[in-house]
Amino acid sequence: MATTEEVKKLAALARIKISEAELGKFTSEFDAILAYVGQLEKLDLPKSGKEKPPLRNVMREDGEPHTTGAYTQKLAEQFPTRSGDALSVKQIISHD
Amino acid sequence: MVVKKPNEMTIVEAARALRARELTVRELWDACAAAAHAKNPELNAYLEIFDIDERAVEAAQVRIDTEKESAPLLCGIPLALKDNILLEGKVASAASRMLENYRATYDATVVQKLKEAGALFIGRTNMDEFAMGSSTEHSAFGPTKNPHDTSRVPGGSSGGSAAAVAAHLCIAALGSDTGGSIRQPAAHTGLVGLKPTYGVVSRSGLIAMGSSLDQVGPLAKTVADARILHEAISGIDPLDATTIPEGLYPAKKVQKSLRIGVPWHLVKEEIGRTGRNFRKTLDTLKSAGHRIVDVEIPTSEYALAAYYVVMFAEVSTNLARLDGIRYGHAARGKTLLDDYLLSRTEGFGEETRRRILLGTFVLSSGYIDAYYRKADAARAVLRREYEKAFESCDVVAFPTTPSPAFKFGEKNDPLSMYLEDIFTVTANLTGMPAISVPMGTVEREGKNLPVGIHFTAPHQAENALFTVGRAVEDSR
Repeated sequence: MATTEEVKKLAALARIKISEAELGKFTSEFDAILAYVGQLEKLDLPKSGKEKPPLRNVMREDGEPHTTGAYTQKLAEQFPTRSGDALSVKQIISHD
Repeated sequence: MVVKKPNEMTIVEAARALRARELTVRELWDACAAAAHAKNPELNAYLEIFDIDERAVEAAQVRIDTEKESAPLLCGIPLALKDNILLEGKVASAASRMLENYRATYDATVVQKLKEAGALFIGRTNMDEFAMGSSTEHSAFGPTKNPHDTSRVPGGSSGGSAAAVAAHLCIAALGSDTGGSIRQPAAHTGLVGLKPTYGVVSRSGLIAMGSSLDQVGPLAKTVADARILHEAISGIDPLDATTIPEGLYPAKKVQKSLRIGVPWHLVKEEIGRTGRNFRKTLDTLKSAGHRIVDVEIPTSEYALAAYYVVMFAEVSTNLARLDGIRYGHAARGKTLLDDYLLSRTEGFGEETRRRILLGTFVLSSGYIDAYYRKADAARAVLRREYEKAFESCDVVAFPTTPSPAFKFGEKNDPLSMYLEDIFTVTANLTGMPAISVPMGTVEREGKNLPVGIHFTAPHQAENALFTVGRAVEDSR
């Protein structure tokens, strides 16, 4: 079942840090939770390849855009750091 | 005769009193606001109680005075909103540190519809962080207390909305339901709670948790009130591509005498301490002329497992957008990766982090077939089993929860908290509408705690739920 290494790996993938104390707790809880949802393995399901899935994606044509700039101020106010109407982020490509 | 205080009225009663000029919109607002300010320090139902919006109060009064009987029933009625529903200009935090200072940049479609009906908003209510939980103990801003016994939880995740309505700190409220988050708190606080058919109510402006499961719905004092609120917020919306037109599913005629299906195979094992009330309620429905029939939904026992897999997967996907860059909690470290890690680690509470990791797990290569695809297939089977059951009955009934409201800290272990949703999750998996209606109380330590009876109906057959809900109310 779940190991601390696996939980560390999941945390890295999810961009979350887990403290050492929490790591042990999460690992044992995950064991119990995954054992519970693992019941699904016992479920024998009929082959349903031809069936239409009950939920599907709904697409629409692009169109009817709102006026340019209508929401710019409101959205920019939520930026943690900004210069003018632009969102400031860290440099991600280094030159050295 | 004991005269009801304005804040204790139902929507129907308040709307009548407003039209009869026994009450003004301002008096109604003041009564609700005064109760909210007086009781909230103890209950923590509201994360924020809004100041009076003079213009909206005035406009509602004018509308009632001029349009009279044709004014919408919700005109001038103070409502509460769960903190994951956007109201432009107000904070919408989803009870998370991550969005503690986030101000909504637009109105949710449901809010816009309520504004058009002239409704007033009295505050935003507490909840489990990002709607993940069944007790409000996962709120970043402290738990909400159950007005019936403050040593117990109000249920969750819409526990703040439930407590606010039950304690008469507003007339009715909106919540959201991903796996029972409206119906379970309604059961624990003695209210009516409705999870509409998936697609009947727009999710635009609802902070997403599990996008294939989430619906917005009412928490109200009566079935009639729940219906008024539900009808006001439903409808197709270009901003939510999953909304459906009226009549997409074949209309079901609601007979006077309903056939109520009970999956005894499921109920017998799980019924716990609400069984006596359940049986008694079924007996009274029977003597009122309704029929009780046996139905079988064999895959039900796997529903909770399937739900938790699908929900974890959707949670980890939906919450990936919160990275500390564009909005929300933004911590800064040395590198861009540090910015992500710090923002997400500081911003998310324990349960949220737990579910994000579990979602990452069930979607990871090597496990996606064993968990996610299997759960998705189980979901399709469940839906077919319910459709089959509805050939012999109009609604399916069971208790909303196995037991009444539990005490704070009683369900410390996450799995035991998840089991609280055992009866409610199926309606979210199948997309079918479901309602919880009070079915009396059970006594615990000298306190009478409400319990609820739960009904599921076929897609878009909310009418059947209102009819059976009314029958339960009439039988008491």
